[in-house]
Amino acid sequence: MKRLLTLGVAPMALALALSATPAAAQSVAIVNAKLVIGDGSAPIDGGTVVVRDGKVVAAGRGIAVPANVETVDAGGRFVTPGIVAGFTRMGIVEVDGVEQTNDAGADKSPFHAAIDIAPAVNPKTSSIPLNRAEGITRAVVAPDNNGSIFAGMGAVIDLGADRNAVTKPRAFQFMEYGETGARAAGGSRPAAIAQFRNALVQVRDYSRNPNGYADVGKEALLTRADAEALVPVVAGRMPLLVHVERASDILVLLDLKREFPALKLVLVGASEGWTVAREIAAAGVPVIASALVDLPASFEQLSSTQSNVGRMKAAGVMVGIGMINDNEARQARLEKQYAGNLVALTKIPGATGLNWDAAFAAITSVTAEAIGMGGEIGSLRPGRHGDVVIWSNDPLELDAAAMTVYIDGVKQPLTTRQELLRNRYMQPQEGALPKAYER
Amino acid sequence: MSIGFRSRSLAFRVGGVIAAVSLLSACATDGKAERPKSAGSSSKEPAPGMGKGYAHDPFPSTYKRYPGTPTLLTNVTVFDGEGGSMDRGSVLFADGKIVAVGQTIAAPAGATVIDGTGKVVTPGIIDIHSHLGDYPSPGVQANSDGNEATGPVTADVWAEHSVWPQDPGFSRALVNGGVTTLQILPGSANLMGGRSVVIKNVYARTEQGMKFPGAPYGLKMACGENPKRVYGSKGREPSTRMGNIAVDRQTWAKAAEYKRKWDKYEKDGGEAPTRDIAMDTLRGVLAGEILVQNHCYRADEMAIVLDMAKEFGYHVGAFHHAVEAYKIGDLLKANGTCAAVWADWWGFKMESYDAISENLALLQNAGACAMIHSDDENGIQRLNQEVAKALAAGRRAGIQISDATAWEWLTINPARALGIADKTGSLKPGKMADVVLWNGNPFSVYARPEKIWIDGAMLYDADNPKLRPVSDFELGQPGAGDTK
Repeated sequence: MKRLLTLGVAPMALALALSATPAAAQSVAIVNAKLVIGDGSAPIDGGTVVVRDGKVVAAGRGIAVPANVETVDAGGRFVTPGIVAGFTRMGIVEVDGVEQTNDAGADKSPFHAAIDIAPAVNPKTSSIPLNRAEGITRAVVAPDNNGSIFAGMGAVIDLGADRNAVTKPRAFQFMEYGETGARAAGGSRPAAIAQFRNALVQVRDYSRNPNGYADVGKEALLTRADAEALVPVVAGRMPLLVHVERASDILVLLDLKREFPALKLVLVGASEGWTVAREIAAAGVPVIASALVDLPASFEQLSSTQSNVGRMKAAGVMVGIGMINDNEARQARLEKQYAGNLVALTKIPGATGLNWDAAFAAITSVTAEAIGMGGEIGSLRPGRHGDVVIWSNDPLELDAAAMTVYIDGVKQPLTTRQELLRNRYMQPQEGALPKAYER
Repeated sequence: MSIGFRSRSLAFRVGGVIAAVSLLSACATDGKAERPKSAGSSSKEPAPGMGKGYAHDPFPSTYKRYPGTPTLLTNVTVFDGEGGSMDRGSVLFADGKIVAVGQTIAAPAGATVIDGTGKVVTPGIIDIHSHLGDYPSPGVQANSDGNEATGPVTADVWAEHSVWPQDPGFSRALVNGGVTTLQILPGSANLMGGRSVVIKNVYARTEQGMKFPGAPYGLKMACGENPKRVYGSKGREPSTRMGNIAVDRQTWAKAAEYKRKWDKYEKDGGEAPTRDIAMDTLRGVLAGEILVQNHCYRADEMAIVLDMAKEFGYHVGAFHHAVEAYKIGDLLKANGTCAAVWADWWGFKMESYDAISENLALLQNAGACAMIHSDDENGIQRLNQEVAKALAAGRRAGIQISDATAWEWLTINPARALGIADKTGSLKPGKMADVVLWNGNPFSVYARPEKIWIDGAMLYDADNPKLRPVSDFELGQPGAGDTK
């Protein structure tokens, strides 16, 4: 709990985590837990979760602990799946304002849909240990668009202290619609739709005869590489995440989904989603929403309200929480606070929030389901990655700390650069030597 | 990526601990004086020039408090905003003022009595750093009025001339955030960005109708990346941090000369010096009438600014966005300069790289004056939660700070740094009845404002849809009048 006290051993723990043989490190049983499965069900007192070889094998009450598996007593504390950050740019940006460290977007590249963000993911990015120490274990990472409605292919990553951050490369294609998409397409929403339709036509041409599809320099509306990247989108093998805010824009996208039923459409943002919630639900389109947007920040968000998520959920929409245009490179940790705020709404007359169980699911399993990875991450149901967090108290509360974090069953180091700075300046004055000698 | 100078870069520093507080309070009461009057009511003859100067308050507040009923809150947990707390206590206010805070208070005849069992009452939150009104929603270019980024020194501009009183953000800051007073600042593109204005969070037809009566002005200054980036990219000074300080010092030297001329004229008479609107503001700073609110992230730069202030004889009230304040808590304390900070904003630009969540707690531990701030139309809705996170981080580091003490970061400390601590910022008899009743512990994520009074008038009630403010802009739009 007081990480200050564990500081001395942290570097060693890090070394162990990096060098330990996976089989030995990837199994653990956590008992005596207030166990949250993450699927929207209520916490289970006295619960047990067993992770074996990096995967959850069982979770619930009355689970037998296998022999030869390390057992950890949670002391009745909350034990949950790690948080799945719904829409981020984690691992691809160190300092937003320092261009050389920012791989989110490429405004001079001729490529758009073909951009694959996975090679940019750097597990040493500072935001990864920082968010890991706050119980975030997986993140949906999207590229940023430039000069096209298509931003490229995003990845799902883990936040483990190892070299392999990418859980799933090319997990989805990200597209901008609404004001941002209109701007990228040349200035209007119809231009964005035209670009989208043209892309589908060119993808069809490419699919019929890949070898006959040639780039024609600057005249190419869709490069060969971009066309190739969109093939799985058109075929419905790769989800298409689309940022959209305005109600009428959402309906346009739902129309496109009707026209091209194979598309695995996922809405991102969706500030006005509550006003067309029944239509979204009927279309079976999931949403990764901004949790607390409540201002008419633009003319496409006029009816924003913090009740958006609760109302969409009540209408039957599958809705998780993401961080689009909200410090998405660094602050996924805020999703816990956002989820807690949605619970707070349940006490406000006229507002619609989420109960605690649904709120927690919105930052774990629902996001995973939305991108088609619910079978792999986001809950403690058997077969999922062994991403487990033991919390000091209610993880949605503002004073909660992640005490122990496992990713793929591996206990993670929780030291951050921020913690080292804090320790150095617990007393601001210099001691016997300059601060540079204190570490 | 919005790392612009609008929000993310505006840290300035507020004045400091208790010593500074008395200084600032003095400014609050004296400084707003309309013009050099004839040495008060003394029998001294006015100097020949006195009264011939320029108006110091040409855009006066027209704010009037709305009527309220005498109100007694009972059985309520009280955080008084100055470090005091009480369980199952009572708070009485009437005629716009706090009347009494105590364990048991008899209800006066005609008073509305509200049972606060399970609830918490606090002073209204004060945000020392906001751009509501000058960067309003919707955030379209036509409404973008926060940075006069046409020259590194624009001390001549006044934020109040940009503030749009129909910003929907004011209502969110009120009903979700419990914010009753806020300082609206120019942005931080410039070294000297212009005057700030302090307002009460009460919608009005005009900005002057919101203006906090008797609050001193602030001068927005900025260190670091923003000015050098904005002007460096235009091929002009400043393009470096040393350029920043050079332009600052050159400007202060001119201001000192301007002040000498006007002081002499007002003392001895003669021909009036040439008027310079920018220099009026800087003269006001040098005279202690206008408080310096200085955006500054890095510890080393704050130290330089403190010495620059000594060189020219002014005081830095507060450093805003002071993410590295924890490195120099002792220096801030010694200079009586406050730090206004976020809880956990970090890494969006180079000068924010060393931000830590324990900043507030470490400053408190060092005896420095510290406070939370938002600089953000969303963050302003959750300042209580931001303090809760910072408090928890401090406690995990072994720094024990009570909830009631932490509430100082939300009310009395910003009130002091704004020079209005004699008027608001705590539940002390005689102060403005700016009061928030929370439906639970406001350091819990599950709590929200239930009722809010400003100057004793109930301006929000979660149980009464008619008491949800709707700005002109939102009227008739989708979602108008909804819970937000």
